[in-house]
Amino acid sequence: MKKLCLTKLNDFFAAVAAKQALYLPVNNKVGKAEFKKWESGVEMSKALNTLRSAKDFFFPQTENLMEFKMEGKSIEVIDTREECEDFVVFGVRACDAASFAILDSVYLVDPVDSYYKSRREHGTVVTMACGKPAETCFCGTFGIDAADPAGDVTAWEVEGAYMLRANTEKGEALLASVADLLEEGCEKAVEEAQAKTRAIMAKLPLAGLKLDGVGAGKTKELFDRPEWKTLSESCLGCGTCTFVCPTCQCYDVRDFDSGNGIKRFRCWDSCMYSDFTLMAHGNSRNSQVERFRQRFMHKLVYYPDRNNGTFGCVGCGRCLARCPISMNIVKVAKTLGGKK
Amino acid sequence: MQEMMKNRAYALLENGTVDRVLGWTRGEFAYDMTPAVFRSADEVKKGFVYNDFCAANLSKYLVKECRAGGKILVFLKPCDTYSFNQLLAEHRIKREMIYVVGIECFGKADVEKVKEMGFEGITGITAKDGVYTVSTIYGDKAIKPADVMAERCLACKSKKHVVYDELIGNEGEVVEDCNRFDMVAKLEAMTPDERYEFWRGELSRCIRCNACRNVCPACTCEQCIFDNPNSGVSQKAAVNSFEENMFHIIRAFHVAGRCTDCGECSRVCPQHIPLHLLNRKFIKDVNTFYGDYQAGENPEAKPPLGKYEKNDIEPGEAGGAKE
Amino acid sequence: MQDVKEFRPKIVAFCCNWCSYAGADLAGSSRLVYPADVKIIRVPCSCRVNPLFILRAFQRGADGVIMAGCHPGDCHYTSGNYFARRRMTLLFSMLDYLGIERERTRVEWISAAEGAKFAKTMNEFVATVAALGENKRLEDLRCKK
Repeated sequence: MKKLCLTKLNDFFAAVAAKQALYLPVNNKVGKAEFKKWESGVEMSKALNTLRSAKDFFFPQTENLMEFKMEGKSIEVIDTREECEDFVVFGVRACDAASFAILDSVYLVDPVDSYYKSRREHGTVVTMACGKPAETCFCGTFGIDAADPAGDVTAWEVEGAYMLRANTEKGEALLASVADLLEEGCEKAVEEAQAKTRAIMAKLPLAGLKLDGVGAGKTKELFDRPEWKTLSESCLGCGTCTFVCPTCQCYDVRDFDSGNGIKRFRCWDSCMYSDFTLMAHGNSRNSQVERFRQRFMHKLVYYPDRNNGTFGCVGCGRCLARCPISMNIVKVAKTLGGKK
Repeated sequence: MQEMMKNRAYALLENGTVDRVLGWTRGEFAYDMTPAVFRSADEVKKGFVYNDFCAANLSKYLVKECRAGGKILVFLKPCDTYSFNQLLAEHRIKREMIYVVGIECFGKADVEKVKEMGFEGITGITAKDGVYTVSTIYGDKAIKPADVMAERCLACKSKKHVVYDELIGNEGEVVEDCNRFDMVAKLEAMTPDERYEFWRGELSRCIRCNACRNVCPACTCEQCIFDNPNSGVSQKAAVNSFEENMFHIIRAFHVAGRCTDCGECSRVCPQHIPLHLLNRKFIKDVNTFYGDYQAGENPEAKPPLGKYEKNDIEPGEAGGAKE
Repeated sequence: MQDVKEFRPKIVAFCCNWCSYAGADLAGSSRLVYPADVKIIRVPCSCRVNPLFILRAFQRGADGVIMAGCHPGDCHYTSGNYFARRRMTLLFSMLDYLGIERERTRVEWISAAEGAKFAKTMNEFVATVAALGENKRLEDLRCKK
């Protein structure tokens, strides 16, 4: 356990940023936190969490895959991949840190997604334990401890300082590189901070949320439930929930005709969209109720089916806060799990 | 208000005037009500909720509901009735299939503003005697509704219901001195460089979730051009700043003259982009160039882009350029 | 030292088939000179010009876009240009509102007999856009070579 006095915080950021790109949550012009590259004068946001998740660092909303240039009858294929630089993400919360494991389970299994893998290898994640979780938080439901997040380094905010604990070799290396700014930390202060956070978590409205009614092996039981219709009735079919979600991992590969060649890129896709998985024969899910069901069944049933019961949700609460019509995974799980 | 609405819903369901009710149902917290259809008095009794956080404009759902047959009761705020009229004008909904109950509106609350005041861990919000009591796990505190009123309600253009079958509460008036164009005028007074900076700062946050489009009562195309893979302009993500511009310009243009300024686009934007400022620019320009026009005020009126005058202003005379 | 590469703007001109396109023809057959930077796209009527066309032209690298049609009252389809006039008035005002230079867009009414006006308009417009320089505010970097 190491200790970083807050008076030295800027020196710490400067020292880290001198060696590699450093990203941290910063308030944007409308006062919402988003990850920004640190430079001198940039202040870390005090918000509980960023509006968008941290998955962008490893799975960006859009990324170029390759280019084609045509000349006469010959086609040249250009690999536009750039060597990813080393970077550090500071201030990731426990929920987002847990989401990386879910993305890994998709992108790092065979066939490995080399674009994703490269980013994962070059990134060091410094997590920050939550001090004041919000009413929309329910990470505890998934066994995630807001007071003890994963990541390469875990940080806790205590009186006038951050306590830092390296969890991996990458984390050790990061702390070693700024060793002259750190002092010996104290376990007791961390435990006190943790106890405080956990006490708040226990008082929040979603504290006792249990997902017994959903989960692995429940496809048959849940797929034809009549509640899907009422649940999805007011769904607008927008992609807000998908795009703020730290675990949504679907993408589309598209070609852009620039007039002098083709640029192939991939971008996030949303199962809520009418052209999601559009094929030559048409669409496999034509109505909003099917699309809606797909999103929640994926997170609550299909993903657990294939991953030893682990849910495809980390309880960050972003969809609860952002859905234009306030429909969300908690309401779905409660409605489905309420009755047998 | 909620009790009066529930009572009307029971009565109209029971006497067979309608077979469904479109309203709101309770959420997990005090502020996350979801639009819902109720099919029996029992369902209304169990689930119907109405409070200052029921902000959604329900008129767009009627497009879908009209295809389901039967007759539906809908509760509309004054601004929603303009959208309703516009949908009628465009033959997107059928008047005879809908029973409109207008509800008096005092302005809606924005939970984001409540949270910005520093409230965390909210467990309840109750309204009584013109005060909201916000309960959190750290204790209770009273706040004034005016301090957390939604941005669009602060610039309310009308408290008058332009269409209804019956009314709950009092009928209001069109707000003559509404200040809704103030920000547009402020932007117009800037230099092109400043305006460009302003809009880049706003639009660059767009994540292309399409919430603005999908919630918009004027956006009722069966398939949006941006979703149509055969259109040549379909996009799923704003890969380039151009695409953010294109999507929002085209969307605003497509609803120009039809947008009633209900403000749903800005309300639902997860990135808090002031999209209504694009629509209001068109509304202001239409008013300036072609005479005052309020979409949805009169379902018989011809839309400004669907007609012309021989002596209309020339594009080059419409100004804008700053030397 | 002189600039080796002089900036030449790319101009897209949407010309109505019945008037302005014929006007361009007349300009040509009368041997009136206007810059080769102008790329003409023939449309059946100025009313055919969808706002998307204008934006797409900018996306693909245009530095200025001009729409030319029959004089008001002379539309081959009676009223097409009247509708187009309202649309472009609003669209160009919106582009201006977003900070895209007003001088990059223009509407001109040019009849089939006005070859001289066509050449003059294009000369003026090219000079205006050339003075503004490259279109940076409504560009799509992917389309730049």
